Amino acid sequence: MGAVAGAWDWLADGANWAGENGVWHRLAEHVWVSGLALAIACAIALPAGLYLGHLGRGGTLAVNVSNAGRAVPVFAVLALFMVSPLRNAGYLPTVAALVLFAVPPLLTNAYVGMREVDRSVVEAARGMGMSGGQLFWRVELPLARGLVMTGLRSGAVQVVATATIAAMVGQGGLGRIITAGFNTYNTPQVVAGALLVAALALLVEGVLVAADRLLLPRAGAHR
Amino acid sequence: MSGQNCLVANDWICWDYVTSRSRELTDATVEHVWITGVSVLIGLLVAVPLALLARRGRHWAAPVLTFTTLLYTVPSLAMFSLLLPVFGLSAALVVTGLVLYSLTILVRNALAGLEAVPEEVREAARGMGYGPGRLLWQVELPLALPALLAGVRIATVSTVALTTVGSIVGKGGLGNLIAPAVSSSFKAQVLTASVLCVLLALGADLLLLGLQRLLTPWTRTGARTGARARPSVPAKGA
Repeated sequence: MGAVAGAWDWLADGANWAGENGVWHRLAEHVWVSGLALAIACAIALPAGLYLGHLGRGGTLAVNVSNAGRAVPVFAVLALFMVSPLRNAGYLPTVAALVLFAVPPLLTNAYVGMREVDRSVVEAARGMGMSGGQLFWRVELPLARGLVMTGLRSGAVQVVATATIAAMVGQGGLGRIITAGFNTYNTPQVVAGALLVAALALLVEGVLVAADRLLLPRAGAHR
Repeated sequence: MSGQNCLVANDWICWDYVTSRSRELTDATVEHVWITGVSVLIGLLVAVPLALLARRGRHWAAPVLTFTTLLYTVPSLAMFSLLLPVFGLSAALVVTGLVLYSLTILVRNALAGLEAVPEEVREAARGMGYGPGRLLWQVELPLALPALLAGVRIATVSTVALTTVGSIVGKGGLGNLIAPAVSSSFKAQVLTASVLCVLLALGADLLLLGLQRLLTPWTRTGARTGARARPSVPAKGA
């Protein structure tokens, strides 16, 4: 396990954490890019998915869009952006590719979450004279919350994980530590970078699971 | 004549590129197909025993499902890099990473399929004198097949996309054409390889759909009424 020891030494060296190619800067880039992409994806996918679910329309679209999205490699989308004029637009290629990646599963989960709400509860609420808006905010949304949050959590983790790919086309983020290690045949650096990225993804998963448990004690019932 | 110009002009769509590099494109596609195929097959061979193990009870199911879910969290670039000291720059490295990712989907679906076998059917088979082995092969696995094949379809489509990341170690099928074309801004090569990648995924999906219909003809009549919107596992980014 010489590789792990080497990686440990690399991580213990303070010089590797400072500067433009250092861990802190790459980490900040990574968090910024994935956070921004996730926020934009949520702003697009959640209202659309929740509203379609409320109306009960566009189900085929909402479900198939995530299957189709699976077939398109993020790496290819990023590569296409990087040979277009977008390449000079800072972090935009990565953010745009991550938004395209995150929207389909978020949309599908929001839609499914709304449709899974017990129809008899919805009927009862209608019978009580609730308007469409009241039904949406007071009945459907609270009941769909667990499933929507589960989808949001796995989406967030995959966005953070996938932001690593940006390094393969020269964009910023923690993946750059890995690719820089590959370019200089520095295996300890490659392994150290991989450990950092994996740790970040697992950390995000852990934090979101904990937040889920604290904020939504009943969410467990949906799993 | 105009074809020559599209290479010089660096157009997005260039038929001349496709004809002049057909050999390179075919080789990359073949590598892509075999890496994906081998990965999903090995994934299936590992996933079914794991699902059988997980079925034995909660104390087995929890660790198996937690482990395969955690594997899915690891970024693909990190996964391939962490395997580097073990395998070196080889196709085995990429296949191993892809197998580990495919387990998440395959184990889940195999388990769901096995758990959906009605207890009465099991009882009836036992009553007819079926031993555990014969019960598994002739009763349980065939009945779990629809769910398992649905998992194979999802896993295959994801694996086709993920294989491109293997280009970090030079074994990424069509990804091997995309990576250098980005640094040289070769538009036709990036677009052609990307489109081939998506077509490959869709082709594999249709092929498996055909296989599913062929192997499980009894599901076809109920498919329409039985189909229900399901939550989506996000794709493993590639």
